[in-house]
Amino acid sequence: MRIRLGDIAHARSGDKGDTANIGVIARRREYYPLIEKYLTAPRVKQHFAGIAFGPVERFELPNLWALNFLLHEALGGGGTKSLKLDAQGKTLASAMLKMEFEITEEIAL
Amino acid sequence: MKEKIRIASGQGFWGDLLTAPRDQVTKGPVDYLVMDYLAEVTMSIMQKQKRKDPRQGYARDLVPLLEELLPILVEKGIRVITNGGGVNPVACRDAVFEVARKQGIHALSIGVVWGDDILERIGEFRRSGISLDNMETGQRLESILDRIVSANVYFGAWPIAEALNQGAQIVITGRTTDTGLTLAPMIHEFAWNRSDWDKLAAGTVAGHVLECGAQASGGNFSADWRSVPDLAHVGFPIAEAFPSGEIVITKHPGTGGMVSLQTVKEQLVYEIGNPREYITPDCTADFTSIHLEDAGEDRVKLIDIKGKGPTDSFKVSMSFLDGYTAVGTLTYAWPDALEKAKVADSILRERLRDLQLEFEEMRTEFIGVNACHGPIATTSGEHNEVMLRVGVRTKELGAAERFGKEIAPLILTGPPSVTGFAGGRPKPSEVISYWPALIPKSALAPKVTVEHL
Repeated sequence: MRIRLGDIAHARSGDKGDTANIGVIARRREYYPLIEKYLTAPRVKQHFAGIAFGPVERFELPNLWALNFLLHEALGGGGTKSLKLDAQGKTLASAMLKMEFEITEEIAL
Repeated sequence: MKEKIRIASGQGFWGDLLTAPRDQVTKGPVDYLVMDYLAEVTMSIMQKQKRKDPRQGYARDLVPLLEELLPILVEKGIRVITNGGGVNPVACRDAVFEVARKQGIHALSIGVVWGDDILERIGEFRRSGISLDNMETGQRLESILDRIVSANVYFGAWPIAEALNQGAQIVITGRTTDTGLTLAPMIHEFAWNRSDWDKLAAGTVAGHVLECGAQASGGNFSADWRSVPDLAHVGFPIAEAFPSGEIVITKHPGTGGMVSLQTVKEQLVYEIGNPREYITPDCTADFTSIHLEDAGEDRVKLIDIKGKGPTDSFKVSMSFLDGYTAVGTLTYAWPDALEKAKVADSILRERLRDLQLEFEEMRTEFIGVNACHGPIATTSGEHNEVMLRVGVRTKELGAAERFGKEIAPLILTGPPSVTGFAGGRPKPSEVISYWPALIPKSALAPKVTVEHL
């Protein structure tokens, strides 16, 4: 079945210099294995092509049913240097939640 | 020893909801009010203010706020901890003493934590072999040495706890970690030791939850924002801390917003790096150890938090002048709003080329179309209006100024149905870039001074 990340997760994003952080949290315990399986760093890097120019790192927080992503070189230089309207990456969380996946599992949404 | 203390978040940043601190001290019981005022760029702004007037250089809003709250704080015995002292915490203290006298308050102790401002000591440290090179890029400090605006060491909770031990009712600090503001009262009240890593980590995690104000209690909540009640009167978060290191995040009854597992989780993952290594001057907290429990309406319990020792360095935050930016906007209306904005952008670029202006970067965004999500923005149907937003960055002030003079002419010399130039010409802004570095903890020590009215 095809799902949108926002159906099974919520997220918040922010900045540290030119690096954006996006924390993605499964809405239910049983959704955590899905985001752990499908929301890989390479997949996220591909989704943010044209936004994140550096590497993408992923960290797992199974205790919070959450993944933390660092998107390097994603904020146009960051801080007061950036010419972006969203220089702090506040809206990148919602851009992440737009991702869609074809999953082999059947889940009730 | 108290069986628990209540620590209330009063501000998530300099510019946050002005009514929040008063609500925190009047709408229910609290023991401490903590207020974070310092973002990375804030210190440079304050350093410039201090250069113009040696009595300035702190969060000026803090003085009228404390003037309003002092009678309540004194009556209830609520203590205040804030890093709003910026680059001049002593001047901030003196200004607070002055308003206290005006209020007829006769007994007030204010502690100041200082020694973090190393702007005048950079040469001294470098002569002793401390490079202060950029810890992220490895760049040498020489490349910015003549452009440094501010340089501050991040201190942690211990000097604040020392000021509390000495009886300060208000503690005003310079550059202190946001989390240290919340951890300090726990150290003071529960007599925690420097090697109580798990407890120090628990207090640090509580500080991380509180440091962005209402982001932990329903603000900016992505899971289900429509479900958050009465954000107009949002209650800021409160951490109840226990001697064991157990933490409960809550808010005052009767206030808006909500505290739930999901609101707390969203704040826990906000602006973190490696969750196993959340490094502060006080400890290294492991965010993968935190266990959350629903503890009733608007109550979330945090337990099992693990920590280990800190590193042997303090982080230094420096800022330096790095050129200028200018940003101009114009709004184009239906029909063909996006096409008109694109044509206006290309006319502007051609004129800037004709003028042979040099820019390090020029960026065009179409607000309403792609400003937030860039190439992965979704668009559907026609736009009734599109805001053209063009920004430039340059080392030359003149180029930034000239750019500002090229926006308005587009109204009479470009595509039609354009508006939105009421604000006048875009003014150049100074770029203040950030330079993170490390300094051995043995090289300097925080200073604590407690004075009485």
